[in-house]
Amino acid sequence: MKKPFAITLEVESSLANHTGSWRVERPQYVNLMPPCNNACPAGENIQNWLYVAEDGSYEAAWRALIVENPFPAIMGRVCYHPCQTACNRAQLDEAVGINSVERFLGDHAIEKGWSIPVTAQPTGFHVLIIGSGPAGLSAAYHLRRLGHEVTVREAANALGGMMRWGIPKYRLPREVLDAEIKRIADMGVKFELNTRVDNLESALKEGFNAIFLAVGAHIGKRAYIPAGEAAHILDAINVLHDVEDGQAPMLGRKVVVYGGGNTAIDVARTAKRLGAEESIIVYRRTREKAPANDTEIKEALEEGVLIKWLSTIKHADAGVLKVEKMALDEKGFPQPTGEYEDLEADSLVLALGQESDLSLLKDVPDLEVEDGVVKVNSMMMTGHAGIFAGGDMVPAERTVTTGVGHGKKAARNIDAWLRSIEYVGHDKHDIVEFKDLNPWYYSDAPRTVRPRLEGARRASTFDEVVQGLDESTALFEARRCMSCGNCFECDNCFGVCPDNAVIKLGTGLGFEINLDYCKGCGICVNECPSGSIVMIPEKS
Amino acid sequence: MATAPVKFYQVGSFAVGNRLLPPEQRSIQSDAERTNALTSGHRACQGCGEALGARYALDAAMRATDGKMIAVNATGCLEVFSTPYPESSWRIAWLHSLFGNAPAVATGVAAALKAQGRTDIRVVAQGGDGATVDIGFGALSGMFERNDDVLYICYDNEAYMNTGVQRSGATPPAARTATTQAVGPNPGNVFGQGKNLPRIAMAHEIPYVATATVADLRDLEAKVARAMEFRGARYLHLLVPCPLGWGSASCDTVRIARLATQSGLFPVFEAERGELVSSTPIRQRVGVEDYLKLQSRYGHLFSPKRREDVIDHLQANANRNIWRYNLVNADTKNADLLEPGTLS
Ligand SMILES: Cc1cc2nc3c(=O)[nH]c(=O)nc-3n(C[C@H](O)[C@H](O)[C@H](O)COP(=O)(O)OP(=O)(O)OC[C@H]3O[C@@H](n4cnc5c(N)ncnc54)[C@H](O)[C@@H]3O)c2cc1C
Ligand SMILES: Cc1ncc(C[n+]2csc(CCOP(=O)(O)OP(=O)(O)O)c2C)c(N)n1
Ligand code: SF4
Ligand code: SF4
Ligand SMILES: [Mg+2]
Repeated sequence: MKKPFAITLEVESSLANHTGSWRVERPQYVNLMPPCNNACPAGENIQNWLYVAEDGSYEAAWRALIVENPFPAIMGRVCYHPCQTACNRAQLDEAVGINSVERFLGDHAIEKGWSIPVTAQPTGFHVLIIGSGPAGLSAAYHLRRLGHEVTVREAANALGGMMRWGIPKYRLPREVLDAEIKRIADMGVKFELNTRVDNLESALKEGFNAIFLAVGAHIGKRAYIPAGEAAHILDAINVLHDVEDGQAPMLGRKVVVYGGGNTAIDVARTAKRLGAEESIIVYRRTREKAPANDTEIKEALEEGVLIKWLSTIKHADAGVLKVEKMALDEKGFPQPTGEYEDLEADSLVLALGQESDLSLLKDVPDLEVEDGVVKVNSMMMTGHAGIFAGGDMVPAERTVTTGVGHGKKAARNIDAWLRSIEYVGHDKHDIVEFKDLNPWYYSDAPRTVRPRLEGARRASTFDEVVQGLDESTALFEARRCMSCGNCFECDNCFGVCPDNAVIKLGTGLGFEINLDYCKGCGICVNECPSGSIVMIPEKS
Repeated sequence: MATAPVKFYQVGSFAVGNRLLPPEQRSIQSDAERTNALTSGHRACQGCGEALGARYALDAAMRATDGKMIAVNATGCLEVFSTPYPESSWRIAWLHSLFGNAPAVATGVAAALKAQGRTDIRVVAQGGDGATVDIGFGALSGMFERNDDVLYICYDNEAYMNTGVQRSGATPPAARTATTQAVGPNPGNVFGQGKNLPRIAMAHEIPYVATATVADLRDLEAKVARAMEFRGARYLHLLVPCPLGWGSASCDTVRIARLATQSGLFPVFEAERGELVSSTPIRQRVGVEDYLKLQSRYGHLFSPKRREDVIDHLQANANRNIWRYNLVNADTKNADLLEPGTLS
């Protein structure tokens, strides 16, 4: 080239200068474990399905979600969402309303009638599941997806376990429950209703290749309360069951519920809806110590349920209870004070926890039962090869979500066991903490709170109390996710590199570092909002 | 399904890109097809804010002019690290003459284009703070006064970096440079001297004056685009942290620019014909210390003895900017972090 007048240098001839050689550290893209995912008892990949939902791809988001959990609409109503307790966004403004977005997706799927095809090749294996609560249904679903034949035996005349017989419909409308169960039935799971399995031994002989036990915990615990003959004492689980059956028991004008768990709260709220003027919970410890979920306590109080904390019932008679006040000792334990009061009560409902009925296991060898629950190993297998168990009947937290998680884990391990291989889950990545993020980049946006039926009005009906989000608010909520530890393609790294050493691969493909030119300054690492790039030393 | 507009886009306009926005609303830098006016292989230090700022600004100018643009560069890091003979990192029409004459050369280029009837081709001149506020100042003031059709961009790294970090008229008070050492009773650069070029430019009542930083890309791009809507002399003052001269970690370049704005030490605003027309409010207010601590050029304010008096003085300067440019509003987090300071 002729160089007129002044020196002319070739355009971008500096590309010959590989400044990457200056580098002592290099940036590396990583996928880390968001705290929400880590906290989800069902092992959902929350960050991922929120990401998919953020651009309005609801079906894809729902499909990503149900890889782990077939019940988003149920979860969105009854899950105690430990994910939100763990959510990093809480440290910026408020936790992402994960649960409400989940519900939106679940409801949307029901509305659209999306179904789940079984694409796996039939394996020829046949698995028996005993009990159709969340654990049993989740196992059935996952086993079906893996190509196994599944039969579920259920003692009751309807499916769902405690999701139907325990959780009242003002929290979980039955159309929602039915719709999500039907989807599983449509996948070809065989359900046998009114079929109590009394003897596992004989079921074993029928030729099933594996068994998953999920019988729950349905027997109400009794506490010894001295009582007059005419005292009207009922069991909470029975009350809820009868209400569901359309045979609500006579509770009277004044109902006292004894206990501090979720069942107590649900019974007290149900009593109000059945027409009780007064529904009073008596609990021996304080609100902080009560096992019941705090939101539910709050909702019950809003509806006019009264709660006597630090109180025990000493004696029950027709129409009246004798209640003793308790006081906390130095160690924070409730101690009797000798102070008594009378409490008018037409009925007393005991909600003191439940035990599992394990009578069906009596002749099965090698099963280990401890504290009334069946021991399982990390594969969810009991001491007897081929018999797995999960849900309320094994030692764990007793929630729907834990049951769903157990069902999934058991299904994946049953699948491996049947194929004589070992199930290996994903590697657990390091958890991303708030300090690993660069929160500057996230717009300020408080949580969209789901509307609630106003307390006094809702107390008289079994209508659903908590309403869902509409589409725009659900989308807003999804977009509050900071995508902790996982690239969400904000282009910051691509932008902030002074050396143009970040290559943008295109939508969905992320980025790559051009090591020929990356000098290793680390700005991309600092400015990545989601903590998805780390600096690693260069091998010398 | 309801198609209510969703106003919230997760990262809003803070991040470089945003997959949730329609492409035409995304930043120029997020575009894989951006000009890359200054491309790889240049010899700027690791984490150089000037290299980053130049690409941000010139890519935006290229977009605004549809690629019809000539850039004139003063001597300084940007020129030296981009064109060590025989290499060039430029992907635009670019020319360099001397340290002090970039505004005059740009004026000449604009005049030549006009004589050829090619006023569709726009001219950008650029230089460091030394070139701009000191040696080229006379030429620049003339360019302003004549209202020549040039956008002048100053990459302010607050000293003469290319020759080894000597003080310039843009070096802030208390900062240590090679010529304002941290010795004596009043270590570092003196208070009460130096030049505020954006304000001087405003005093020329030229069509457009703006400040920006490498910490707010969308703001920077918008200002370049706005500047290109005017004919006549325009001035853009970009704060570009220099890891070498400021003694900061190379990874902190953008962060430091952000802290400069959030502390109030560097006000971000724009003015038209000498009048302030907008300022960018502080979003998360911080004290000046958060900014100072990351830079060894201010190390003498913290050890061996903490210089509360000097830090207070710098804070007062920041507070004065906040007051003068109205940088704190009801939405600012930590708005009441500090009481409005006394003017200095
Ligand atoms: C009132 C109440 C409210 C609750 N609220 C919530 C809530 O809001 N959120 C939450 O996460 N958790 C809640 N829980 C807990 C949750 O419902 C349980 O942890 C969960 O349902 C346990 O699931 P599972 O599958 O182990 O058993 P279950 O749901 O109890 O299901 C077991 C099933 O097995 C059947 N079965 C039992 N024995 C046999 C047999 N021998 N043969 C055949 N079938 C048999 C039963 O009929 C039942 O259908 C609540 C519980 C109660 C009681
Ligand atoms: C007339 C003249 N004097 C001195 C120099 C030496 N010189 C080259 S670059 C430079 C400093 C540039 O400082 P600045 O304009 O702030 O740009 P920076 O390098 O900081 O980006 C100096 C003093 C020169 N090239 N010409
Ligand atoms: S911000 Fe998103 S990814 Fe992070 S913890 Fe919360 S929901 Fe999970
Ligand atoms: S000395 Fe400063 S301005 Fe010059 S190349 Fe290095 S970092 Fe950039
Ligand atoms: Mg300089």
